[in-house]
Amino acid sequence: MAYMLEGRTGAWEVVVGLEIHAQVISESKLFSGASATYGGAPNAHVSFVDAGFPGMLPVINKECVAQAVRTGLGLKAKINLFSRFDRKNYFYADLPNGYQISQFEHPIVGTGIVEIELQDGTLKQIGITRLHLEQDAGKSMHDQHASKSVIDLNRAGVALMEIVSEPDIRSPEEAGAYLRKIRQIVRYLGTCDGNMEEGSMRADVNVSVRKPGEEFRTRCEIKNVNSVRFVMHAVEAEAMRQIEVWESGGEVVQETRLYDPSKGETRSMRSKEDAHDYRYFPEPDLLPLVLEQSFVDDLAAKLPELPDEKRRRFCDEYGIPFYDAGVLVADQATADFYETVAKGRDGKLTANWMSGDFFAAMNRTGKSIENPPVSAADLGALLDLITDKTINGRIAKDVFEEMVETGKAPAAIVEEKGLRQVTDTGAIDAAVTKVLADNQDKVAEYKSGKDKLFGFFVGQVMKAMQGKGNPALVNEAVKKQLDG
Amino acid sequence: MSIFDLTIAQASAKLAAKEISAVELTTAYNDAVAALNPRLNAYITTTPELALEQAKAADARIAAGDATALTGIPIAMKDLFCTEGVRTTAASKILEPFIPPYESTVSAKLKAAGAVSLGKANLDEFAMGSSNITSGYGPVENPWKRVSDPDAKLVPGGSSGGSASAVAARIALAATGTDTGGSIRQPAAFTGLAGIKPTYGRCSRFGIVAFASSLDQAGPMARNTEDCAILLNAMAGFDEKDSTSAQREVPDFTKALNRGVKGLKIGIPAEYRLEGTNPEILALWDKGIEWLKAQGAEIVEISLPHTKYGLAVYYIVAPAEASSNLARYDGVRFGKRVDGVDLIDMYERTRAAGFGAEVKRRIMIGTYVLSHGYYDAYYLKAQKVRNLILRDFTTAFETVDAILTPTAPSAAFGLGEKMDDPVTMYLNDVFTVPASLAGVPAMSIPAGLNAEGLPLGLQVIGKHFDEETVFAVSAAIENAAGFSALPELRAK
Repeated sequence: MAYMLEGRTGAWEVVVGLEIHAQVISESKLFSGASATYGGAPNAHVSFVDAGFPGMLPVINKECVAQAVRTGLGLKAKINLFSRFDRKNYFYADLPNGYQISQFEHPIVGTGIVEIELQDGTLKQIGITRLHLEQDAGKSMHDQHASKSVIDLNRAGVALMEIVSEPDIRSPEEAGAYLRKIRQIVRYLGTCDGNMEEGSMRADVNVSVRKPGEEFRTRCEIKNVNSVRFVMHAVEAEAMRQIEVWESGGEVVQETRLYDPSKGETRSMRSKEDAHDYRYFPEPDLLPLVLEQSFVDDLAAKLPELPDEKRRRFCDEYGIPFYDAGVLVADQATADFYETVAKGRDGKLTANWMSGDFFAAMNRTGKSIENPPVSAADLGALLDLITDKTINGRIAKDVFEEMVETGKAPAAIVEEKGLRQVTDTGAIDAAVTKVLADNQDKVAEYKSGKDKLFGFFVGQVMKAMQGKGNPALVNEAVKKQLDG
Repeated sequence: MSIFDLTIAQASAKLAAKEISAVELTTAYNDAVAALNPRLNAYITTTPELALEQAKAADARIAAGDATALTGIPIAMKDLFCTEGVRTTAASKILEPFIPPYESTVSAKLKAAGAVSLGKANLDEFAMGSSNITSGYGPVENPWKRVSDPDAKLVPGGSSGGSASAVAARIALAATGTDTGGSIRQPAAFTGLAGIKPTYGRCSRFGIVAFASSLDQAGPMARNTEDCAILLNAMAGFDEKDSTSAQREVPDFTKALNRGVKGLKIGIPAEYRLEGTNPEILALWDKGIEWLKAQGAEIVEISLPHTKYGLAVYYIVAPAEASSNLARYDGVRFGKRVDGVDLIDMYERTRAAGFGAEVKRRIMIGTYVLSHGYYDAYYLKAQKVRNLILRDFTTAFETVDAILTPTAPSAAFGLGEKMDDPVTMYLNDVFTVPASLAGVPAMSIPAGLNAEGLPLGLQVIGKHFDEETVFAVSAAIENAAGFSALPELRAK
């Protein structure tokens, strides 16, 4: 069911394209040897090249090129063996050269495809138009001093990948799903950490509206949205604003806007008159970037398994449902943890335990998959104890909680607390006999039709056995003694 | 024989033979600078103490047997080369307070070879000019004078006017220059010197204040081809800090000097015989042709059909790149800052105060030709025509080994002449610009004097990375011309 916004004149379709700026993970910057690490004292990670000093020249960082190619491969996109850098000229204090080195006419990556999954399970393909490399700017701060602005150039020159989508997105949900998917892919590839709070990934959101069946109408660009939630809100807020403009007889003006989360609306950043003329021209200080096919093939061969492929493989290999697999591959570390536990074990059992008790414990203790509440080895050992029937599922839960609390191995806990499951049918029969004997009134009720009491008897037997009875055997014994 | 009569080769030999010391040589030049620079204004910054320190170190190296051909040789560095710890202005007020915390690759190589730096030579502001009159630190006087009017001050040419004047007046033994559209060759011709613009990419641009990135090249200016070859040996070479630097072996250029021109084919381009060119220059060109013929070269008439578009192409492409390269001079991080009420105001005040008129003119032209709606008609079109000019040369070089032309359309003109219209000034570059656009090596050698007793130069253009043939042909002309005239105004 397509997402539509109801206006006064009928239903409107929302058309969205995202331009994502993703900071490349690399030791040094795109064109200088200065550190590209986040943080550091202001202006500590700046070379004279980054600071645009006289006579300084850019030299390309091969690793950044490799990261862009890897990302292009992850987006199933065409890698352009020939690409070129261009200067994008404008004046601002955080842009030391007075121009940004970017790629305008010939980007390093061409068209590609990304698959997104919506809440209701539908899969949709969103086209990628291109990916190009460019320099990030520094940071301006206007609130540090009474009358002056201060500039930190640590970020100036850090490599960015600008990933441009086709205008295939049709709802805030799709926008959110697409952004999350891109984030997942680059994190899997190790090409960007996708940290929107720290600004290593930002989105410019292009929004327009139209009546179904129409051509595209004028769009506006909402710049630098730095969370998935805000992107989704901004899409809706801007779409509604544009609908109102059209419906009151006006025309949407193409402009750049900013999303104000405190007001939940967008506002104009600059009008067409103030719009920059970037005067793009080919960067004369750099040679065109020419890649050998073997360079690309080599990177492709070493690419890690991507989330979509891993998800499908988990279904096939471990026999788990598509939805569950999706949860487990949300990030690489979780997927790896799962596989470590599931290898040679019951994949479904592993998945259930991870989605259930394990994630719950992780949330409760505030830990992460990198610093888990229970190690993969220990979780695996616990599942082994269930599989070989040493303990039953109910007891396993208690053992798990103890593992989280004490960090002890499951076998040790089972021994210490004497939690071994009782499979001795003699003992079980004896316990059942006692329970039935102590509850003769209920037995009578059961026999006259109150089937529900079966669970009561099982529960009482388990209680008498301190939960250690093998549930299947207990059930069998109760049934036999009641019916037999 | 005065110490000032020694060429680099000769001085180097005497230093090696311990007949003179580097300290003596530098002291003599320091004194000459002190005596003549106040008048000539060839230097923006003089560094006599630093030079003396370097001379002492040079003497130690010579004593240890660790000297190169340039150890102890006192030179001037065009003030476009960033020199660590020594003020570098690019002849602009906007860089008046700028002391680079780094060294350009070319000047570093010369220092590593043991050359002594007497100071930073004057130039047209940001290398934009052909007369050195656009400098923010005053014009430079050409030591050469007209016979008919010896008091009139003449320009040394530009943009490397300070370098040229210093070497011609012998207040430097040699100098570094840069050439973007003729800025080594034309001043060399105006001051009776040898100067070469190497192939684009032969010398590193790292640390040279950028004017037009796809055209700028560093090169030597000296008394003769031998001294130029010695300097270029040290200046040239691949630099990984410059992505446009060529990964090519640097041959010993001095070895090419005695090759001779027997059997070489020398192209004479019809399009350089311009309507209205000074007849003395055309006559000198003809003489040059005869000299080469006499030494066994074959003269071939060639056509470089797109020559006439050279100036138009240059004066679109160079300003375009400059408008972008000069955006960094904004008062934010270094150089002069004039405070304003906000960022834009500060930018406007700083650049208005810091840049001279010619620089502003070229920034505006450059911004215009790159702007929306004009890019295709101007910049893109100019680059396409540039490619045709390049093709003219590569086609010609299929049949000839080198090309001979005049260097400049006139001899040195007077300070204050050609001021009515900037375009008149631009016409100075008509013979030098095409070789810059094509990136081919080109050298100017002094070939004679005009009726006023002023030097005239001839230009030799060669194939990409074939500076050796350029040196060989230039040396042949030099030998035949026997140019030995000197300006009266010089260190003696």
